[in-house]
Amino acid sequence: MSVDSKIEALPIEAAPPERAEHPFRRFAGQFCHSPVAVVGLIVLAAIILVALFAPWISPQNPYDLGQIDVLDARLAPGDTDFTGEKVYLLGTDDQGRDMLSAIFYGLRISLTVGVISGLIALSIGAAIGLLAAFYGGRVDAFIMRIVDLQLSFPAILIALMLLAALGRGVDKTMIALVAVQWAYYARTVRGTALVERQKEYISAATCLGLGRARIIFRHMLPNVVAPLIVVGAVQTASAISLEATLSFLGIGLPVTEPSLGLLIANGFEYMLTGKYWISVFPGLALLVTIVSINLVGDQLRDVLNPRLSR
Amino acid sequence: MWSYLLRRLVQAALVVAVMAAIVFFGVNVIGNPVDILINPEFDQEEMARAIKALGLDKPLHEQFFYFVKNALQGDLGISFVFGEPALKLIIQRMPATLELAFASLFLSMVLGVPLGMYAGLKPESKASKTLMAGSILGFSLPTFWVGIMMIMLFAVMLGWLPATGRGDTTDLFGVQVSFLTWDGLTHLALPAINLALTNISLVMRLARAGCKEAALQDYVKFARAKGMSEQRIVLKHILKNIMIPVVTVLGLEFGSLIAFSVVTETVFSWPGMGKLIIESIQVLDRPIIVAYLMMTVLMFVTINLLVDLTYSLLDPRVRLGGAGK
Repeated sequence: MSVDSKIEALPIEAAPPERAEHPFRRFAGQFCHSPVAVVGLIVLAAIILVALFAPWISPQNPYDLGQIDVLDARLAPGDTDFTGEKVYLLGTDDQGRDMLSAIFYGLRISLTVGVISGLIALSIGAAIGLLAAFYGGRVDAFIMRIVDLQLSFPAILIALMLLAALGRGVDKTMIALVAVQWAYYARTVRGTALVERQKEYISAATCLGLGRARIIFRHMLPNVVAPLIVVGAVQTASAISLEATLSFLGIGLPVTEPSLGLLIANGFEYMLTGKYWISVFPGLALLVTIVSINLVGDQLRDVLNPRLSR
Repeated sequence: MWSYLLRRLVQAALVVAVMAAIVFFGVNVIGNPVDILINPEFDQEEMARAIKALGLDKPLHEQFFYFVKNALQGDLGISFVFGEPALKLIIQRMPATLELAFASLFLSMVLGVPLGMYAGLKPESKASKTLMAGSILGFSLPTFWVGIMMIMLFAVMLGWLPATGRGDTTDLFGVQVSFLTWDGLTHLALPAINLALTNISLVMRLARAGCKEAALQDYVKFARAKGMSEQRIVLKHILKNIMIPVVTVLGLEFGSLIAFSVVTETVFSWPGMGKLIIESIQVLDRPIIVAYLMMTVLMFVTINLLVDLTYSLLDPRVRLGGAGK
């Protein structure tokens, strides 16, 4: 009996540490090593929730003309409306819009444009990078020549060039953002995939007679995800920043889609007369968004980079 | 060396040609030039005449041929808004942009190098950590937003510096410059710092990394061992060695400065070519857009070419490695 219980006890004792080593938990544990990154993650989650639920949590719908009143235009933060009932926490703009609501809606637009164009760029860039690494030779040389050429020009110049030809618009701004970003993803994925390609499991898969598409997307792709996530975080932040810049310059999103950049541009005229809040608060929202994404991205890089962790 | 030079020149010319094609087809195929170039109030006959006068009835490859031919002669069309040759307008505005870019380059150097060296020599001090955290902000904050904040703080609240325009200019070799008058300098200060912020952060990081690395090298240990003063070690040995990467990177970044001056010039109403291009995009003044893009591409290719050639002069492996392939 005592022998039996000993034999049974062995695997039970061995089990708990294995469960604790679940990859996601280990990953989460390492991520939480940096308190700054955790704060960044919490702030980022809050921002995403605000953007998602903007229509339900905003004090007013800033683009419903029935809910705004020009009599309330350019009120300072904390002022009440002309009936003395409603309080505008962050003031109002030149149309009498509640700035807090406008910022919530603006975050929604900025994040949507940044994230969607980021995902498209990521898919295109990753596919092209994988193809370059897998086929090598001339295909690789040709693709990388284009990538190098594009990366030798600053992002804003390429976006400017495209938007000058295409004109203003949500779809056009997204095209410009994708065109600017795909090259970063392609270069990252190609670099990692070139290393992976030399490994035995790819040879094994080839020897098993698996199709090329299957090898590229089922075997190579999962192994280049880590650097892709890191570049993705940094690039999403810069996409949001670039969109805001283009919209501020008046060549990005149209006035019907008031992202944070447009809100800042609207407030800029009033800045010189001391009405700072129309421009400053949307700017702070933009700032907090970009910084929190960068903080999370930085920590992800440290956690996901095997060279740093070992 | 000559074959390397020739090959790089051919490559550069190829890039310019590809860019010219992209710009031309971007303007003429994606956007419809008839809508943009011709007054919509025209009747059918007038419109046909205008199309003929602009050569828009010809096949696309012929149009492109004329575009290239005219461009080679320095004719990039006449601005719709100003009624003057587009190239002339761009060149008129160029000194203002170049002055801003050089001022930022200067600031990146005189602020970035000492601050970065300080952070590299005293990596554990509070000030160094603050500086490095600040440099992350310098990278990630959008330029236009920082510019707005600078205007709010220094121009509106404190009233120290003017927020818009170039101020008094003086004539230097036939070019109008701001930095020789006090009024011009005060106008230059905010936009130049704004444009320089990213590069100050970049140079700081480079200088810090270089400094940390150099401090461990044998020549520094030797200098210390023979009793050289710390000040002399830093200024004579470390500084010289970290300047190589700094100068290279700043040379390459000069093109970005020209491109990003678009943002700074718009925020500070600096009358350079960046402000002109934004205004032209908004009113669809296509000849100016084409002229600006071509000039900028040309500038970029020239800078890249010069950096590459300097490299190959300093390091023969670059041109030999290139020739081997």
